[in-house]
Amino acid sequence: MTQDRSEMSEDDDDQRSPPLDLRSAAIAEPCSSSSSSSSLVVVADSTPNKSRNCISSSSSGTLTSQPFPDHVLENVLENVLQFLDSRCDRNAASLVCKSWWRVEASTRSEVFIGNCYALSPARLTQRFKRVSSLVLKGKPRFADFNLMPPDWGANFAPWVSTMAKSYPWLEKVDLKRMFVTDDDLALLAESFPGFKELILVCCEGFGTSGIAIVANKCRKLKVLDLIESEVTDDEVDWISCFPEDVTCLESLAFDCVEAPINFKALEGLVARSPFLKKLRLNRFVSLVELHRLLLGAPQLTSLGTGSFSHDEEPQSEQEPDYAAAFRACKSVVCLSGFRELMPEYLPAIYPVCANLTSLNFSYANISPDMFKPIIQNCHKLQVFWALDSICDEGLQAVAETCKELRELRIFPFDPREDSEGPVSEVGLQAISEGCRKLESILYFCQRMTNAAVIAMSENCTELTVFRLCIMGRHRPDHVTGKPMDEGFGAIVKNCKKLTRLAVSGLLTDQAFRYMGEYGKLVRTLSVAFAGDSDMALRHVLEGCPRLQKLEIRDSPFGDAALRSGMHRYYNMRFVWMSACSLSRGCCKDIASEMPNLVVEVIGSDDDDENRDYVETLYMWNNGCMF
Amino acid sequence: MEKVGDYDELVNLKATELRLGLPGTEETVSCGKSNKRALPDDDTEKEIESTGKTETASPPKAQIVGWPPVRSYRRNSIQTKKNESEGQGNYVKVSMDGAPYLRKIDLTVYKKYPELMKSLENMFKFSVGEYFEREGYKGSDFVPTYEDKDGDWMLVGDVPWEMFVSSCKRLRIMKGSEVKGLGCGV
Repeated sequence: MTQDRSEMSEDDDDQRSPPLDLRSAAIAEPCSSSSSSSSLVVVADSTPNKSRNCISSSSSGTLTSQPFPDHVLENVLENVLQFLDSRCDRNAASLVCKSWWRVEASTRSEVFIGNCYALSPARLTQRFKRVSSLVLKGKPRFADFNLMPPDWGANFAPWVSTMAKSYPWLEKVDLKRMFVTDDDLALLAESFPGFKELILVCCEGFGTSGIAIVANKCRKLKVLDLIESEVTDDEVDWISCFPEDVTCLESLAFDCVEAPINFKALEGLVARSPFLKKLRLNRFVSLVELHRLLLGAPQLTSLGTGSFSHDEEPQSEQEPDYAAAFRACKSVVCLSGFRELMPEYLPAIYPVCANLTSLNFSYANISPDMFKPIIQNCHKLQVFWALDSICDEGLQAVAETCKELRELRIFPFDPREDSEGPVSEVGLQAISEGCRKLESILYFCQRMTNAAVIAMSENCTELTVFRLCIMGRHRPDHVTGKPMDEGFGAIVKNCKKLTRLAVSGLLTDQAFRYMGEYGKLVRTLSVAFAGDSDMALRHVLEGCPRLQKLEIRDSPFGDAALRSGMHRYYNMRFVWMSACSLSRGCCKDIASEMPNLVVEVIGSDDDDENRDYVETLYMWNNGCMF
Repeated sequence: MEKVGDYDELVNLKATELRLGLPGTEETVSCGKSNKRALPDDDTEKEIESTGKTETASPPKAQIVGWPPVRSYRRNSIQTKKNESEGQGNYVKVSMDGAPYLRKIDLTVYKKYPELMKSLENMFKFSVGEYFEREGYKGSDFVPTYEDKDGDWMLVGDVPWEMFVSSCKRLRIMKGSEVKGLGCGV
């Protein structure tokens, strides 16, 4: 189940790891001189004689009468540290002393880099010698909303070329918001013979020709997941490029590929992939084709249904029994797709509804009437994404049935500020009353009330992620006319586990005062068109000790506010501020006072009158991997 | 090279947003070149100040870059649906021999052939010559062709406009020697 959730959650992070007080330790590399007895003393005190005896018998080096203490300890450490999975624990262990740094570095096989510019590829390969899995994140999230120049960077190229030389055993690459070219994919396919998993989330720069090379050359490929990436149509039949024999494929997701595919080849591929559990089709696979695939792959657990429609007029003779195909898929627990849904065929999925733990209707314009009969069967649902076309009425139906719901995302069918809003505080209130186990919510709407948000804060105490987007800028509570301060205040106050918050609507400094006072666990904060003055930002910077990722746009925060957080920035993954009231001078001051911080100013005016104005500030800590 | 293509694709994604104006005209809300939110007039700024008024404003607000925060990938997937459900928008790819990347245009925006030709000429900076029923296009090296539902390549202009719009799958502006086969003079 957790696996499926992490598949769907776009901005999931390792929520478990508390931030490290890295200070200078992580930034300054330990010197490479031979370790002195001081490090020995530190560790030796805690190692009883027992372990020493164990180790001397298992050490692979020559048995001398007095083995070098370093080697002994490092052997012990190696054996112990290999059990440490959590990167937070590993980061902590690496800071104990030089010896531990060395051993940890030599045993870390999975590396996570939250900002690809915080560390160079060369530093990565110098420090970690045995990496088999890399998770790398590039552009900041606001790049998704066209707030960054398209050629800004986050190129995968230097990473793949460096790793090609240093990690020939590499098995897994997981990229988010990176720029990846076909050449990069070709190099990857050629350099890593044991390569198993390629996951590209919100990436761009490549096309079907690059995918074809990966399909063809990575013979051990288990996972090929292309998720919400821009893939250019090079008119290459990449599905046919998979090798002819039985494949190792366990997961194949290409729902974002906007190109027709060779269905016959796909059918053949599925037929010779006995381990395939997850298959997410793109919208160029019709219902009829889906039907055929399902009959041949009843072992699937996760299915993206493709278009869920026909191109031509359906044949008036025998229409395939779609429900029967779904009935055969007893293991499907995660359903998505419906890219061009013909609603009259929706009842075909009834047979799997009762088993579903995850349902994604967010590309389907479904009315409440079509939706309610479906959702009424989905008692086990934990993750649900949909368009607001299901209306408050649909949300009420969700609240009545889906008592196990953990994650809800409601996207706008018409994503404009002044569009009709089919969902409102009514839906939010209903969800808060019916889905008490809710942990994560993303909700787009046109109108909201403090009362409903307060109700959610009181009913859904397990909330860790609360993202409310009232689409009209500066919009107040539409019943009382008051700012949304009290609502968001209640969320930070009552939801004691809250780690991620996105605010909207009319907000004064008071809302931020609440955040600073109560948001003690908040790691990620998104602010847009909110606040009255510098004080707002100061409250947050001074009051939220766990804050790691701060993204702000179009809010009246200036230099004084930015300066007030100087003591914090070394300990944060990044700060983004666009269309605020910052000056170049202040940014330069910060850059010079904090040498470990990279302070990037993007897109400021060149003309004289506005030269001092900073359009976008993006800063992050250099040398910390987070 | 990939980057240029992708940048263009990004700009084109912007072009598929519902807005007034023909494709190929200057973007008022730009992305990428600068991050300035280009609000076309100051009136919208004033609307923001008075908070109570947002719902009563009759002209729709100019779209702010990146707001509401829905990824362009998602916006475009849903946009296609909206166009189809409202019976609007028939986007076809347009390629021109020698051009590094393709464009996309919405055929439903035009009412007749001359409008389409003018737009293509502006987009690709060329001239198409004059259309003759028998001889095809004369006076230029460029000939507009299209692929119809049957997969055949046809000369643009032979069939009535409505028939053309409903059967056209993609456009190609041919150039040079290949053009002779279609009976262009010279």
